[in-house]
Order: sequence, then structure tokens, then C-alpha cells
Amino acid sequence: MAAPPGPTEYSKERWFPLKRKLSWLGLLPFTLYILAFLGVPTLLAIGSGFVDADGSFTLGNFSVYENPVIWKTFGSSSLIGLLTALIGAVLGALVCWALTGVRSDGPLRRSMDAAASVLAQFGGVMLAFAFIATMGAQSILRVWLRDTWGIDIYGEGVWLYQLPGLILPYLYFQIPLMVITFLPAIERLRPQWVESSATLGANRWQYWRHIGFPVLAPSFLGALLLLFANSFSSYATAAALISQGAQIVPLQIRAALIGETGASVANTAGVLALGMILVMAVVMVLYSLLMRRAARWQQ
Amino acid sequence: MSQVSTPPSPALRRTILLVISVLFLLPLAAMAEFTLRSTTGGYGFEHWAGLGELQDSRQYRALTRGLGNSLVLSALSLGLVLCVFAPTIIWVHLRFARLQRMLDLLTVLPIAIPAIALVVGFAPIYRILGRTLGSGEWTLFLAYGVLVLPFAYRAIAADLHGMDARVLSEAARSLGAGWPAVFIKVLIPGLRRGLLSASLLTVAIVMGEFTVSSLLSRDTFQTGLLQISQTDPYLAVLVSLLSLLIMFVLLALVSGMGSTRGRMAPARTPKQKKVSHAT
Repeated sequence: MAAPPGPTEYSKERWFPLKRKLSWLGLLPFTLYILAFLGVPTLLAIGSGFVDADGSFTLGNFSVYENPVIWKTFGSSSLIGLLTALIGAVLGALVCWALTGVRSDGPLRRSMDAAASVLAQFGGVMLAFAFIATMGAQSILRVWLRDTWGIDIYGEGVWLYQLPGLILPYLYFQIPLMVITFLPAIERLRPQWVESSATLGANRWQYWRHIGFPVLAPSFLGALLLLFANSFSSYATAAALISQGAQIVPLQIRAALIGETGASVANTAGVLALGMILVMAVVMVLYSLLMRRAARWQQ
Repeated sequence: MSQVSTPPSPALRRTILLVISVLFLLPLAAMAEFTLRSTTGGYGFEHWAGLGELQDSRQYRALTRGLGNSLVLSALSLGLVLCVFAPTIIWVHLRFARLQRMLDLLTVLPIAIPAIALVVGFAPIYRILGRTLGSGEWTLFLAYGVLVLPFAYRAIAADLHGMDARVLSEAARSLGAGWPAVFIKVLIPGLRRGLLSASLLTVAIVMGEFTVSSLLSRDTFQTGLLQISQTDPYLAVLVSLLSLLIMFVLLALVSGMGSTRGRMAPARTPKQKKVSHAT
């Protein structure tokens, strides 16, 4: 540590310039791949919003944002995102709290971990099927509630295939995602902090009020943002569940891509994709700021 | 690490875990109940028995073809993850520590840019690919690599930091091993858990992928399932339930493997080596 690092590094660089260059070559395949299949598609997606059907530059595609329907779908996407993120984060945090009392190498904890990582990925067609089987019009739950208790959950129409129908299926992957992201944070709370606060005369509530919650707040808010982004960007579940109409932004992009709405639609998809990327960018920047703040307590 | 501050009382803990488990098992139970319904009313195993005829029946061609395509795509994506992603992630960790932060950011991008937005850009690329490589399903693995990258990266990187890869590879090199030997004899065995969970996540994501394949009109497992559900919803639900259970068992096995590795880890990386290399 005390020795100046300069000369040794320098001589190494001079002795092995060729080797140094060769080791850069190792990064080449990955770099090329990322450029071709992440860089280019992103640029194409954004760029397609700025050209018209003939390929010349235009800002005319942005006129879709004059359409109140588009703003409404952005609103609905955000609302679903916010709602499922809030409920998912609170319930997921409760599960994490309960899991801190379970042995970390026991079978219960292990199966909970496995279940959370499978279910956090469980979206799309199969999730839609699961909820159609659970609470569809023919499901045993609906029939039982109606015939035994006289409660018809679809008294005002079958809302499972509408916007509100997305909430429960989304929670099915949001809560597990919260467990995965928040559990490491809550496990980093030091037992010593409880002891020292108890030594100073704090009770359990005061410990949470002045130490536990403030320390966990950035991680919790970060996870909340991650959940929002997860819901905001998810397409497959909604696509499988909602076959008519385009109530959220990803479904508007579907409609534009498969040309339901008329001319020059591929470019409309580009403009909508840009809108989504902008929302996601804001969310991710806030997320990284919060994570930096959360890192303060970990060392 | 195990005794964390102020966990809930045992009764409250059990209540929370029980309620959430029941709520999460409910859809699975409903799926199982649904597959046991006879078409004529009542309950029976007729749909499960139908599983054996899946191969022969023409009615289910969309599903079997899609399943076949998705299995091929899983294998190709797995190749991409293990032969390109993993070596690069390891290489950056060992030789280009300064690029680590950049790679961290880069691998978040596929989450920050939603798949539905990427599809808009994939569409023209696949129009060109279609002309040169044909419109077969197999080319989709190139798009899937991007979707898998964040998850594969995190699984491998976590293990890489956990095993002191830099110290171990330097030790192996100072004992005369070349880079190929370091990779094959030191790093790959040491990283097998991270590589395994990255592989599993890759397969899970590819088998469950719907956004890209459906919008590029390629036939995969999920598009086949959706198509079959219109003629035979029972079979569609049955196959979904089965694939979910298979994934759960596989993942539980991998996380079980992790705990044996955890016990062995300290013996493998003696502290003295760290000290001698730091000076």
C-alpha cells in the first residue's frame, strides 16, 4: 500500500504490450454482440419514431401524443404499476420480515427462496391461464362464492379481461420480486443495533421508528421503483389476458406493430417505445440514486 | 447473519407465511382442479391421459412444434450464455477491473429498456436476418441473449465475487498454469453454482418468452400454448402447470446445492494468500 504503484505498473505495460492487446481481443465477441442486438435495436426503435413511412426525417409521429387516448394509456400503465408496486412492496416486505425469523439454511427458507425466484419470472401466457382457472367465469372460486355466499364477483361484468383484471396476476410476480430484492437488505440490519438501542432504553417500536425504518427506507423505495418498472414494462400477461382493446402502453405498441390502427403505424410504435424508455430511464436513475444511499449502511 | 434484528413473534411469523403461501398456492390448486374436470362434467384423469397422445395428434401440432422450437432456442441461448457471456464476465472481472462498473450498467439496460420497446427495433433487424439466414425460429436466440443477460450476469457475478476469483487465478498462474488451464481447472469448477443457476434462468426465460416471439410471428412454446388454449384449454392449463412444477423442482435443487458449497468455501480460499498478493 505504502509503495508508489506507478513504476511497477508502467514497466509491466512496457514489457507486455502485445499480451495486453491480445487480452482486449477477449472482449470482442461480446462487444460486437451487444452492439448488434442491444445497441442497434434500441437506436432503431427510437429512430423509427423520427422518420415517416418513406424514411425521411419528421417529427410528425409525435402527433400521437396529441391523442388523449395515448395519455390515458400512459396513465393506466402508471396506475397499474403504482398500485401493484405498492401492494407488492408492502406484502413482500412483510414476508421478508417473517423470513428473518426462519433459519437461513433450513428447508422452509430454501423452498421459499426457490419459489420466489420461479414466481418472479412467472409471467405471460401461463400466468394468464392460472388466473383464468382461479377466478375466471367458470372457476370453482367464483361459482362457490356465488352459490354459497351469494357474492358474484362478476356482478357488473367479467373484469378479469379488463384493466382491473391485471392487478391480481401482476401481484403474483410482484410480491416474489419484492422478496428477492428486499430480503438481502433486511438481512443486513445488524443485531448489534437492536442491542445497542435496547441498552439505551429503546423499546421495539422505538428501534423500528428511529433505526430500522430509516436504514431500510432507501432499499424499500428502490425496490418499489423496481417493481413499478417491472409492471410498467410487462407485456406478455396483459397480451394473453386482454385480447380486445389496448388499455396499457405495451398493448398500444402491439396494436401499432400489427397495424390495427391504420397508416404509418410502425413509426407510431417507435414513438410509443421512446415514451416508455423515457419513463423507465427516469425510474432507473432514481433507483440507482436510492441504491447508492442504501449502500451507506453496508460497507 | 442468521439472527437478524427483531423478527416477528413465532405466531405472527407463522400467520404471515401461512397466509401468503395459501394465497400463492391457490392459483396452482385451481389449475390442478381445472385439469381434472371432465369434458362431460364431474372429475377424471382424461386430460392427463391425453398427454401421452400429444406426439401423434395433429390437433396439438402447434404446441409440439412450438415446444420443439423453444427447446432448440434454449440450447442455443445456453450456448451463447456459457460460451460468450460467462467468459467475458470472468475476463472483465480478472483483467479489466475498471470496466466492471460499465458492465454493471450495461447489463441493467435490458431491464430498463422494456422487451416490448426492443421488439420495435428487432423487427427491422429480423426482416434482414430473414433474408440472409431464413425465417426459421432458431435465429431468435440472438434476441433472447439480450433478455437473458441481466439475470445470467447477476448469477455469475455474485459467485465470482464470492470465490475470490482474482486471488485464485493469480495463484494458479504463479504455479505455472496458462489461462486455458485456469479457466478449466480453477474457475469453471469454482463457479459451477453460478453457471448452473445462470443456465437454469436462461432456460426458464427462453421457455417462458412470449413478447418477442409473438410479435415477430415465430412459433414457440408460449405462442403454441396460447393457440392450443382456444381449442383445448384443459391441455394448455395442464402443460403450464407441469412446466411450472418442473422449474420449481430444478431451482430448489440448485439452491440446495448452494448450501453444501457454502460450507466448503472457507477451506478453499486461505486468508494468507490474500495477504501475500496484496503486497
